[in-house]
Amino acid sequence: MLDSDFYYAFRHSPVAIVSAIVSIVLILSAVFAPFIAPYNPFDPTSLNLMNGFTPPMEPNAFTGETFLMGTDDQGRDVFSTILYGMRISLFVGFAAVLFAVVLGILLGLLAGYFGGWVDSFIMRAADVQLTFPSILVAMLIFGIAKGITPVEHRDQMAIWVLILAIGLSDWVQFARVVRGATLVEKNKDYVSAARLIGRRPSAIMLRHILPNILSPVLVIATISLALAIIAEATLSFLGVGAPPTQPSLGTLIRIGQGYLFSGEWWILFFPACTLLALALSVNMLGDWLRDVLNPRLK
Amino acid sequence: MKKSSAILAVAALVSSTAMVNAETLKWARAGDALTLDPHSQNEGPSHTMRHQMYEPLIIRDTSGAFVPTLATDWAPSADNPNVWVFNLRKGVKFHDGADFTAEDVVFSFERAKQPNSDMKELIGSITAVRAVDDHTVEIETDGPNPILPSNLTNLFMMDKGWTEANNTVNVQDFEGGEITYATTNVNGTGAYKLVSREPDVKTVMVRNEEYWGRNDFPMEVSEIIYTPIQNAATRVAALLSGEVNFLQDMPVQDLARVDSADGLMVKQAPQNRVIFFGMNQGADDIEADNVEGKNPLADVRVRKAMSMAINRDAIRQVVMRGQSQPAGMIAPPFVNGWTAAMDGESSTDLDGAKALMAEAGYGDGFSIRLDCPNDRYINDEAICQAAVGMLGQIGITVNLDAIPKAQHFPKITDGKTDFYMLGWGVPTYDSEYIFNFLVHGRESDIGTWNGTGFNNADLNATIKSLASNTDLDARNADIASIWRVVQDEQLYIPIHHQVLNWGMADNVGIEVDPEDQPRVKFFTMK
Repeated sequence: MLDSDFYYAFRHSPVAIVSAIVSIVLILSAVFAPFIAPYNPFDPTSLNLMNGFTPPMEPNAFTGETFLMGTDDQGRDVFSTILYGMRISLFVGFAAVLFAVVLGILLGLLAGYFGGWVDSFIMRAADVQLTFPSILVAMLIFGIAKGITPVEHRDQMAIWVLILAIGLSDWVQFARVVRGATLVEKNKDYVSAARLIGRRPSAIMLRHILPNILSPVLVIATISLALAIIAEATLSFLGVGAPPTQPSLGTLIRIGQGYLFSGEWWILFFPACTLLALALSVNMLGDWLRDVLNPRLK
Repeated sequence: MKKSSAILAVAALVSSTAMVNAETLKWARAGDALTLDPHSQNEGPSHTMRHQMYEPLIIRDTSGAFVPTLATDWAPSADNPNVWVFNLRKGVKFHDGADFTAEDVVFSFERAKQPNSDMKELIGSITAVRAVDDHTVEIETDGPNPILPSNLTNLFMMDKGWTEANNTVNVQDFEGGEITYATTNVNGTGAYKLVSREPDVKTVMVRNEEYWGRNDFPMEVSEIIYTPIQNAATRVAALLSGEVNFLQDMPVQDLARVDSADGLMVKQAPQNRVIFFGMNQGADDIEADNVEGKNPLADVRVRKAMSMAINRDAIRQVVMRGQSQPAGMIAPPFVNGWTAAMDGESSTDLDGAKALMAEAGYGDGFSIRLDCPNDRYINDEAICQAAVGMLGQIGITVNLDAIPKAQHFPKITDGKTDFYMLGWGVPTYDSEYIFNFLVHGRESDIGTWNGTGFNNADLNATIKSLASNTDLDARNADIASIWRVVQDEQLYIPIHHQVLNWGMADNVGIEVDPEDQPRVKFFTMK
């Protein structure tokens, strides 16, 4: 492992090292948020409204409490809310990409392996979807899902609807890559051999072709992760994402932008920096991975 | 050479006088008028737009006193106690040049009584409107109605000929999405004429030089450009950059920023509007909670406990930044029937609230959905969020559903919500208006905004008798006794009375109107 090409490339790329450290620190602090965060911002009963709008590192005028990154309009500690909000952003990001990858691989394999009308049908559907901006598709799905979900369960469902919405708006690129690779692979000798000995098409696709086409999928998935995190933030910023009582990074930025003129900069600034660091580091890592795994760039 | 410089001088002179007269009011607020049809949608921002171009018989000044407008004077008839006589202003012309006569008044009242009209509740007691001569009108009610003039301050007069010629006699079916000639065109008697209108984008009006009061009012604004800007930060940015010079819905967090900016100022006044929560206490079981088979809100102890859990002072200090006055009753202080004692009746007492919850058998709490608008009242969603935390402290888990007003209000009028936020302004300055809409049991033409399910036959009868009670002392005693029941039953949870803030450029001169109804004819432009 340590003397692999992969590790060598990593050790000699400062960008990759920094990105990896930043990503890992952010991901770990999100995972362990309940242990790190001084408050639980998702528990409305623990909030004291009088703490609202406390500047960073200054005692509140009414309660005397001090907060590392200040508080928002509801008296939530911004630092704790960022940690908890990042959990939502990362969870939605990972789950949405996973969903898009699974869907994209399945449809791409089917299209590439069977060809004919299956291929035409799936790829035309993909083309149609590509003509809409993906954020619009996500908003449409979110709107429909919100309309049919009972209000009592809407807050719990919001996260899953976000995952579904972002995942469904993102599967096309995976399907296209997988289809292209499958078209190349399916005429190779090992596939013909498997077919000759009578393996079922599903087994050929999943056991034989799939492992050989995974590396481009992994690269796209990493870059998609950054985009999915931003998509979640965008939806929440537009007010259609995470519920107001469980703010994600995008929700915090939306709240904060209303207070820019009045001088309460910290509500927007810290979540925005966190989102920037998270999206940038994951994206850089994805870029580096693409360069390393691309044999033509070696 | 000489000639051309003379021409230049004349041109300069002409343009400088034109400069003096051309004062544009660039006016922004959060939302647009829903329609221009004068008798559709009894809603504040819609009335504001109409008041520039249409006129009622009477308006109110900033102190709440009547100001003769299209009527010069009015009095109960000496012959019949059920009749009011209105003398109309002479020499008034509509924008198209037609004369304003008694016939137009009769026509406008008939139009406002149509089923699609949103003004019909205000004139429900009127049985007949008669033109005695060209400038005298008799209005007959189904009993003596001492406060009839109070109900007419938003009832606009249309031109019969214009309305009939343009086939727009019927009030638009607003809920059905109907567009008529009157929803986009105006022919009023008002001080400003409509130039162009793009709903939700821009509306332009120009001064009516033929206006009957052209010399009685300042009328220094020659052109009005009205732009709705929903986003609070964008709205303030427009004022700070000079893109607009009059801002009606000032975000409370930006008051200091605007007031300290060069060339800008903020004027404020208490608003005739109270914000409160309603609770469905009439149903045996409600859909929005997690308690099966019974309705926790039906227990007055639970309602009292909920009110005691709300920390109105914290909402005032943090959410409203001091721009509100904590309320103990759902009547603004302007209203006949309001008392300081009752308005001081809500206090915060968490221990007492928990004890009441335990006594009512809900010591472990329950969960319920709160429906809230997010684009109507000042910081409406933030207030609801704060209430989520406060009610959580006595064990009530609140699921907040904040949606735009266009979807929120029908939930209340259709009875689709069990716990909701509502705000109420009182243009008649009398408690009867509140009782008719919010306390009387819900029927097709009364109690339409009462989402509490509260329906008390005795109280209903007393409320109905108010309209024709000419003994004002007895009437006031009835009003006080109705309020006592509303208070003791904790029919609603009052939150606060709003404070109104208008931001404007230094050269704009206008006093803040407690009903949030700026009338541009009163504006001066220094």
